[in-house]
Amino acid sequence: MKNNNVIEAQELTKMFGDFAAVNAISFNVKKGEIFGFLGANGAGKTTAMKMLIGISIPTSGKAKVAGFDVFTQAEDIKKNIGYMSQRFALYDDLTVKENITFFGGIYGLSRKQIKEKATVLIEELGLEKVANTLVGALPLGWKQKLSFSVSLLHDPKIVFLDEPTGGVDPITRRQFWEMIYKAANQGTTVFVTTHYMDEAEYCDRVSIMVNGKIEALGTPKKLKEQFKADNMNDVFLKLARG
Amino acid sequence: MKRFIGFIKKEFYHIFRDRRSLFILFGMPIAQIMLFGFAITNEINNVDIAVLDHSKDAITEEIINKISASKYFSIHQFIEKERAIEAVFKKGKIKAVLNFEKEFSKNLVKEHKATIQIITDATDPNTANTISNYVNAILIQYQQELNKDITIEYQIVPQTRMVYNPELKSVYMFVPGVMTIILMLVSAMMTSISITREKELGTMEILLVSPLKPIQVIVGKVFPYIFLSVINAIVIVLLSIFIFKMPVQGSLFLLAIESVLFIISALALGILISTISTTQQTAMMISLMGLMLPVILLSGFIFPISSMPLPLQIISNIIPAKWFIIIIKGIMLKGVGLQFIWKETLILLAMTVFFIVLSVKKYKIRLE
Amino acid sequence: MKTILYIIQKEFKQIFRNKGMLPIIFVLPILQLVILSNAATFEVKNIKFGYIDNDHSSTSRALVEKFNASTYFNVLTVFPSEAIASAAMLKGEVDVLLEIPNYFERDLQNEKRNNLGITINAIDGAAAGIENVYVTQIVQGFNQNIKMDVLQVSDKQIQPIVIETIPLFWYNKTLNYKTFMVPGILVLLVTMITLFLSGMNIVREKEIGTLEQINVTPIKKSQFIIGKLFPFWVIGMGLLTVGLILARLIFNVPMLGSLALMYLYTSIYILVILGIGLFISNFTDTQQQAMFIAWFFTVIFILMSGLFTPIESMPKWAQTLTKFNPIRYFVEVMRMVMLKGSGFTDILPQLFKTALYAFIMNGLAVWSYKKTN
Repeated sequence: MKNNNVIEAQELTKMFGDFAAVNAISFNVKKGEIFGFLGANGAGKTTAMKMLIGISIPTSGKAKVAGFDVFTQAEDIKKNIGYMSQRFALYDDLTVKENITFFGGIYGLSRKQIKEKATVLIEELGLEKVANTLVGALPLGWKQKLSFSVSLLHDPKIVFLDEPTGGVDPITRRQFWEMIYKAANQGTTVFVTTHYMDEAEYCDRVSIMVNGKIEALGTPKKLKEQFKADNMNDVFLKLARG
Repeated sequence: MKRFIGFIKKEFYHIFRDRRSLFILFGMPIAQIMLFGFAITNEINNVDIAVLDHSKDAITEEIINKISASKYFSIHQFIEKERAIEAVFKKGKIKAVLNFEKEFSKNLVKEHKATIQIITDATDPNTANTISNYVNAILIQYQQELNKDITIEYQIVPQTRMVYNPELKSVYMFVPGVMTIILMLVSAMMTSISITREKELGTMEILLVSPLKPIQVIVGKVFPYIFLSVINAIVIVLLSIFIFKMPVQGSLFLLAIESVLFIISALALGILISTISTTQQTAMMISLMGLMLPVILLSGFIFPISSMPLPLQIISNIIPAKWFIIIIKGIMLKGVGLQFIWKETLILLAMTVFFIVLSVKKYKIRLE
Repeated sequence: MKTILYIIQKEFKQIFRNKGMLPIIFVLPILQLVILSNAATFEVKNIKFGYIDNDHSSTSRALVEKFNASTYFNVLTVFPSEAIASAAMLKGEVDVLLEIPNYFERDLQNEKRNNLGITINAIDGAAAGIENVYVTQIVQGFNQNIKMDVLQVSDKQIQPIVIETIPLFWYNKTLNYKTFMVPGILVLLVTMITLFLSGMNIVREKEIGTLEQINVTPIKKSQFIIGKLFPFWVIGMGLLTVGLILARLIFNVPMLGSLALMYLYTSIYILVILGIGLFISNFTDTQQQAMFIAWFFTVIFILMSGLFTPIESMPKWAQTLTKFNPIRYFVEVMRMVMLKGSGFTDILPQLFKTALYAFIMNGLAVWSYKKTN
């Protein structure tokens, strides 16, 4: 993999009928980077992400994730990525431990590995007391953190987070970002969508999508300079208003 | 009120956008009526039978021809040995074997008596019994032909008049049943699932904290289904009148009122189910296994209630569908007015009130 | 293989954790088998019978007595006039009405021939037909009696010819309807439970969003599907077992054929149903839809299966349609093996068609399940 890019997208497009949900976007993400994928609701963030994780076939363009082609090698991509969806997608009617075991199992971890991972993970999240509680009974913040940890179970090269902090309190958000940093420090590339502009400041680089197109791309600092704004929020407002 | 209408509109959108369900909602009654009208009958026609003829003489041949000429039977094969009977039955196609004794004609001439065994595959007792009766009838007729010169006999001839359904069409019997089932399905099952769905997806809470009163939420949810049920009922009645020439003897107005009453009772049942189930799956299984099967089997739709064991006859009384079927049969086929069915109507009304009160109570408890 | 085990484990946990569903899966079917098998009968008995006797002679009383003695007509009501009798029929209080005319006895003696008025409520056409047969039999028997009386006094040399018929009811000598219905109802329950559970299962994950999470994992389609469906296969086989035991203990239905053959066939049959369920699941977005479509096809399949009404009586086109109905084959095999003791070669055609069906349905289901849109 030359020049260390783990995600390469060129002119990636998704059409729904006549409507271009994602309109010829091009960008690269480097290994170990925290890449913020910003945009208003309906700008096409989730659609773009779904193409990258191999559950939606692009209409046209090219993209490689972890060195594999999104058109032909979707299943290989899936071995190398983790994904945390916008909607909470663990099983409410399974316990914390059972969820970990299940997802570990389908990613092909051995029993021993699963056991070790589960112990570490539960301890790190401070979930010892509720390890055998049904996930449905946990507060949202805990669920989100668990969800993120589960997506990292199989040590993926890249983890895709779709609005991971939607609806949680500021303290939990803070803790969540600490977890993201930790993962990035261990070499995992993080691809995160959000519409909290303060979170954009935490990213190494961000792109901003408006109406299916990437209108800005760069480090938060560079973008602030480019748009002559004090913070990312202003950058975003300037862009969104055109 | 304006908010309420908006809410009902939303419910209609939900239903009409779901093309697949809508297709089935209207396709189902049509398909079922067609099947019952054209394909399904519990009469006997063209039953395959086999013959084991130990005599092979003129008379047995004549009898075989008589039987083969009847529309009830077609002679599928001749077998030679008793042993073969078991084998043909096990294959399943042949339902009866006629076994003529040895020297049939000779016995008939000399002894004035000869014997045929009618061996039937009685795994289906109803068919077996009917086959046996029909063969018997053909033989009695033949016997009378043989005897016509010699007997002087007294004869009482029953003049049978089949009332309400002179051609004995099975569709007459099934239309009221199909109508009942469809109304039950649309009203009870669909409502219970659609309410539970909002609960499962968490949107129910949103509706309940909105300025809409809980009762409005519920009425709004069930209203579209009343509408759909009524349309279905109309389609069924039109089909039966125009395709099966099934008359509506009584008042259409009365039929409409009674149908609405039944629809409301089914809706109340649906709401009741939704108050006791938390997932759509549970709601569906309860409506399906707890509601639909008993409605099909214990309402007199297919199987006559009077032939059931006593405990089941008693249980059948608590099934609203039973009363509704009596009512529509009365109105459509017998042409009766309210004076003949007020008792059934009253029972249905009482049940409806009971279901509504119960579900309102349950619903309130859940909210607190 | 290991992956499949994880899925199976998860599915079982979810099934057994759902306290609302458990009784529905296991208790309700048993109740239904017990109750509905008793209800499903086309036998016509306890006929509501009424008569108007305008003659009041010894012959008319003797005729009524004949009806009274029959086991089919157990409710006898006498009506003073035709108007009252008609009203009773409208109310549904009487289904068969016998009207004995004035001077019945006198006319019979003078003319040796007489008519009787019979009115039958024919809304249930099939039952009316049978009721008519019963009435005719009784009247014929009555004729025979008069004949006998007459023959004793008249010339004994004229002896009529009699063709004697001996009805033999094989496999079910007492014409017990339950023996026939229990295997059928069992088919119904096994089919419905497995179809609805499997049909709703994957849509449910779609609806709550967990399916997407599964789709981004490298799991193979076939692994996921096998893992998902296996628990329902087990439940189906479990239901069959419970049903067979109940059939034996409660209804005393015989098991003449080989139990192993029954299980072999059912194990393939359930695959067909699961394939159909999965196929439905793939083409629907909500559980409500899935359930609705499943219900639509089950009703048609059941009606066209020969479970309640004989297939032979259907018109040709309808009989051809039933060839595509898996439930038909299960009903046939169940009754053949249990009640007649049919063996492997007897059910080979059904077995073959079912296996083919299973292959096609599951092929379609796997093909139509898409991890990627």
